[in-house]
Amino acid sequence: MAGGLKITLEFGGGAELLFGNSKKHEVTLPTCDKPWTIRNLLPWIKDNLLKERPELFLQGETVRPGILVLVNDADWELLGQLDYEIEAKDTILFISTLHGG
Amino acid sequence: MTQKIIEDLEIEIAGLEKILRSKKLELKNLRESVLTSPPKANKRLTKEDIERFSRQIIIPAIGCKGQMALTAASVLIVGAGGLGCPASQYLTGAGVGCIGLVDYDDVECSNLHRQLLHSEESIGMPKVSSASEALKRLYSKTNIVEYKTQLRSSNALDIVSKYDVVVDATDNVATRYLLNDACVMLGKPLVSGSALRLEGQLTVYNYNGSPCYRCLFPKPPPPETVTNCGDGGVLGVVPGVIGVLEALEAIKIVLGWTGVLSGQLLLFSAESGTFRNIRLRGRNPGCDACGDAPTITSLIDYEQFCGTKATDKDTALKLLAREQRISPETLNEIFICKKKGLLIDVRNSEEFDMCAIPHSINVPLKNIDDPSTVNKIKGLLQNDDSHQENLSVYVVCRRGNDSQKAVLKLQEILRDQNLVICDLEGGLHAWSKKIDASFPVY
Repeated sequence: MAGGLKITLEFGGGAELLFGNSKKHEVTLPTCDKPWTIRNLLPWIKDNLLKERPELFLQGETVRPGILVLVNDADWELLGQLDYEIEAKDTILFISTLHGG
Repeated sequence: MTQKIIEDLEIEIAGLEKILRSKKLELKNLRESVLTSPPKANKRLTKEDIERFSRQIIIPAIGCKGQMALTAASVLIVGAGGLGCPASQYLTGAGVGCIGLVDYDDVECSNLHRQLLHSEESIGMPKVSSASEALKRLYSKTNIVEYKTQLRSSNALDIVSKYDVVVDATDNVATRYLLNDACVMLGKPLVSGSALRLEGQLTVYNYNGSPCYRCLFPKPPPPETVTNCGDGGVLGVVPGVIGVLEALEAIKIVLGWTGVLSGQLLLFSAESGTFRNIRLRGRNPGCDACGDAPTITSLIDYEQFCGTKATDKDTALKLLAREQRISPETLNEIFICKKKGLLIDVRNSEEFDMCAIPHSINVPLKNIDDPSTVNKIKGLLQNDDSHQENLSVYVVCRRGNDSQKAVLKLQEILRDQNLVICDLEGGLHAWSKKIDASFPVY
């Protein structure tokens, strides 16, 4: 898989339940002529990792309300949101916010 | 003879408890009439204060000045449950002068694994009274103000305005938005914690240029994506950890420290024993609540905004017609006594393992339309040697909500099978009440 983009995807706060209850996924994104952004990562996740009920993860081209996206422990809003260009070894965490107490 | 003595003792104890309750209420009312406002900070700490708080006063970052600030401070805690119990306990321990507690709910048995200010004796009591009594036992001088009410748009501003710092220890989305908006309007820092299963989250909103809840979550989550502790479960230690940290953040705000967890989100995983600190966006100038031109200038209808009730209680769904639902009595007669039909329990396997109706089979709701499940159900139906006409499938869950969703799905999947598919109205709670009192209600 030479040339692929190796990154870590993590899911938490209950979002992991949509991914076979697995919180951490080491993945290699296939080489592509355009740079990988979160905008095109999301459909890739849907096709390759998501096990059930995509509507509980995605809404339109972005994540559903209540899910925070964090790139290397920083809010994706600080990094250009959907347009953030993914780099090798990035860790991208999708966390569903909790409301219980 | 012994039975009679037991009965007499029970009656006598009940009478004494009644007297004790009324005496405590009288004492509380008297104290409240004396202490209508938080005690004013004395110029100097008393002998008792020094002896009691010396271990924290001698920390250079606190000192006498810090202790006097804590004595003069008032903190509102919304929710006297899994987060509110530890938060209020540590704030009381630290000597915070006035603590407001808001909770409309009464103590239930299923609270006691995590809400440790309450005890077996307080089951059925208002949570605010039970918590207040426990806090008073810890430190009798603290002024505890009880609000046995739900926080609403009509009372939130009035209550919140009386306090310096607010702790969100609630259990539902609608109240979280309400509390956020009230704190933004009144300029109060909001320490916000939450917990579910084995994870916790903590941050401070609306403080020193940090975002508010709406900056992060402009739109509420779809109701079907929200899980409460009753459905998802929670290990008591997890809200314990987060609630204690909420107390810590409130103390830091009172003391004016710089390291407050605003603009950051702390993620706690009990499973991996890790804390992760996330850098959050700044305040959004376009935010509906705290932005430069806010559109929310008075409190709105938060249940409507979120599409859910402002509690963590489940409301009864009505997806099925009368004739598609059966009573516990009918289920008992047909399935248990006549051994007819197939009973599918759609709860999670963990819940099914805890307790289940004999001979029921477990197909969790989320797996109900898997092809393997459909084949399994069809196989079981073919093996059923009862008469072909009126072959019945009964569906059961905890309260009778998920079972209705499952019936709708099964009707779709099994529409070629000529079956009668019904659910048990009121679920296993109703089963326990009407048929089998030994069946646990949880």
